[in-house]
Amino acid sequence: MKSFGFSIAKPRSLEIDGESLERLHRLEEKEPSFKRCFNCGGCTATCSAGQFTDFNIRRVHNLYRWGRYQELGEELRKCMLCGKCTLVCPRGVNLRHLIVSMRELLNEL
Amino acid sequence: MKDKKERPGERRTWSLLPKALRPRIEVQTQEERPVVAIIGAGPAGMEAAIQIARQSCQVLLFEANADLALNLQNKYKLFPDMSDAQTLAQGMMLALEHPLITVYRQTPIKHVVQVENFHWQVFTEDNRVFKATAVLLCTGYEVFDARRKEELGYGIYNGVITSLELENMFKQEHISTLTGDSPKRVVFLQCVGSRDEKVGNRYCSKVCCVTAVKQAIELKRMHPETEVYVFYMDLRMWGKGFEEMYRVAQEQYNIRFVRGRISEAAGTFDGGVQIKAEDTLIGKPLKMRTDLLVLMLGMEASCGTKQLAKSCGIVGDYGFAGSLDPHLNDNHTHRKGLFLAGTCKRPMSLTDVIADARSAAMEIINYLSKQ
Amino acid sequence: MSKRYWNQYQKEIADDRYFYERSCIRQSFFPGSEAAFLKILREELGKDIHDDVNQHTCTGIGYHSDVVPFETTMTVVARLFSLMTQAGYENYVPSCVTSFGVFTEIVETWKEQPALLEKTRKLLKETTGREFNIPKNIVHPSDIIYKFRFELRDRMKYRLVNRYTGKPLKVVEHIGCHYAKIFPKHGVGNAEFPYVLAGMIEAWGGEVIDYPERRHCCGFGFRQYLVQQNRGYSLANTQKKFESMQPYEPDFILTNCPGCSMFMDKWQYVIAEMENKTYDKDGYGIPVLTYEELAGLLLGYDPWTLGLQLHQVQSERLMDKIGIPYNKNEKFKGVSGKLLPYPEKPEHLKV
Repeated sequence: MKSFGFSIAKPRSLEIDGESLERLHRLEEKEPSFKRCFNCGGCTATCSAGQFTDFNIRRVHNLYRWGRYQELGEELRKCMLCGKCTLVCPRGVNLRHLIVSMRELLNEL
Repeated sequence: MKDKKERPGERRTWSLLPKALRPRIEVQTQEERPVVAIIGAGPAGMEAAIQIARQSCQVLLFEANADLALNLQNKYKLFPDMSDAQTLAQGMMLALEHPLITVYRQTPIKHVVQVENFHWQVFTEDNRVFKATAVLLCTGYEVFDARRKEELGYGIYNGVITSLELENMFKQEHISTLTGDSPKRVVFLQCVGSRDEKVGNRYCSKVCCVTAVKQAIELKRMHPETEVYVFYMDLRMWGKGFEEMYRVAQEQYNIRFVRGRISEAAGTFDGGVQIKAEDTLIGKPLKMRTDLLVLMLGMEASCGTKQLAKSCGIVGDYGFAGSLDPHLNDNHTHRKGLFLAGTCKRPMSLTDVIADARSAAMEIINYLSKQ
Repeated sequence: MSKRYWNQYQKEIADDRYFYERSCIRQSFFPGSEAAFLKILREELGKDIHDDVNQHTCTGIGYHSDVVPFETTMTVVARLFSLMTQAGYENYVPSCVTSFGVFTEIVETWKEQPALLEKTRKLLKETTGREFNIPKNIVHPSDIIYKFRFELRDRMKYRLVNRYTGKPLKVVEHIGCHYAKIFPKHGVGNAEFPYVLAGMIEAWGGEVIDYPERRHCCGFGFRQYLVQQNRGYSLANTQKKFESMQPYEPDFILTNCPGCSMFMDKWQYVIAEMENKTYDKDGYGIPVLTYEELAGLLLGYDPWTLGLQLHQVQSERLMDKIGIPYNKNEKFKGVSGKLLPYPEKPEHLKV
């Protein structure tokens, strides 16, 4: 292969063609309250881990929704499971359990 | 009272004009009753007619089309209670059968003129003239022409349909792509023709948000396996039961809401539609293939609204008719005896239209009692 | 396309008496195109078109790369207009879509801000002693070919039909972004579904492919490709288009912009050499033609005089499909009759 001094940039867009939602459905089964999230960001605002790292629980579960598991990387380990997010959620999402469930499902990968 | 359309009117004046140009003045049988002319027989016009007639005033209800309440009749179920639109429309039509209400179908109105202080003349397209003490404009809205948003490919790609067309599919109780398959994925796009400076409409059409939620739920009821996405900029769940419907859509029907506006739709090789949007909640561009893209059409002033608002000198914003003030005189205009109700003023939900028509009816009764 | 919008969007295209301005890069990459355009206008259509010997760049590439300030660009453009005025013409025809964008942008700017026009007049006068009129009509040469597409069709020897199958050739058309995306009203058919090239394809017997990434930029940009390390970003945009058009199996790509033609052609070589991937079935790549080359080919002009051998993706297979004869031995013969050196063969892309 020839080298031209540059490589072809990879798209950063979410490409949702024919993507399997299977892992999302399983998460929704494990923690059905997740479906109610309306992305207010209350969880992220109060997050202990988010004050000192770029951990953003709202963004993390949105990336999970679209199946961008590789980008979640070590993110979920940053959560300290303090439970404040669950306390503030106006839609009653059990975020603490959501995080544990995401960890479990991602561990299968 | 019999419909007078077929009967040649009595010619009293205008005898100097050539025959074809002579307006025919209809004789009112009960001269002692005040007469209210209502232009437009949608929910607003019908409801106001019923209320005014119940107060023993005579009502002339003019409708440009052969059918009454066309926009309402195009609906399937009504938010937020999923009640049947046809039942409501038929109920209203039944109530119209009141001895003091005369309905003139297929009678477009050219203009209305105030002849002296408390008298109006209503001119029809076919040159008839009706006298009235008060006139109520209920000329309503029409949906935005989706072809004006060219980047969305309506009229070019078969998979791009409008909320109105989807509503019709619900009425037929058959949702399918052009190839006859049931859709695996359906995407709704909010704010088509609303909140958009490019088409000259800065305003919010108010009802599309909840309509998409309603339609998405209906779709999931018919096709539980279909993936449904709703792309929105803000979800404005302002009415009673709306927010709860949104929650039900998420929780019970697994409808997925994505914050971002679709900027481009294109046909795909396999006959679907490719859309481009941003998931603004994670800041990434998004590309998705869907079987159907449903454009949630906004409301614009109807042709009749634009034309009559202009000829009466009461043009408000965006071609809608302008009321005297938005708080205490929202049914009044600066023309004495000329009133407004419903979506000829701005986008409104059906619930609000009916309340507004009743309010207009009361204002008109008050006005007539002072004459 | 079942319904069309394009005919709502027509623009004024002058009938005759054009002042032509050449592109900075086209004569290197597509050297026969501009000569073919002049020949078509003069010999096929009998038009008066002036090719000024004193013309120069419009600064487009420098301007879009933030090297040349807008005031300078305006003054340089004013000098070009002064050449037109001096030659006695009013209809300005820039060969390049970037130039077309620059001119329309400047003329619109002057309409909005007359003080800038006065300043430009003053600067031009002080520096060169010249004066200028604003053109009455600025059109791209593709507009002119579009306008006369049926007249040309009647003079053409060949149609865009596959002679083996009898079916219309499938053509991807790509419009330069600055043709209509800056000022949609200055493009035939507006910005979303421009009709300028599609109109030629349809008039000449072909079928336009409407693929999902049709409206996407070719990735040329300006700053983006000037720095070598950045080129992967330009390249990725073009690749996205190729991937999107591939299932439709296009016979060729037609463009109206120098940058688009160059990149859509050359990047096929780069992708083939980097990833051993081509976007046609047989590994030859998809030929990219300019609209002048296409018109010339169908009119029966010699393909080597049109400069098709200087493209990266070679056109013989396309000419075979249409039934256009060519002489293999003449392919690399220069104008002087001397044989030019043979180009090196790519490792992966077949030629």
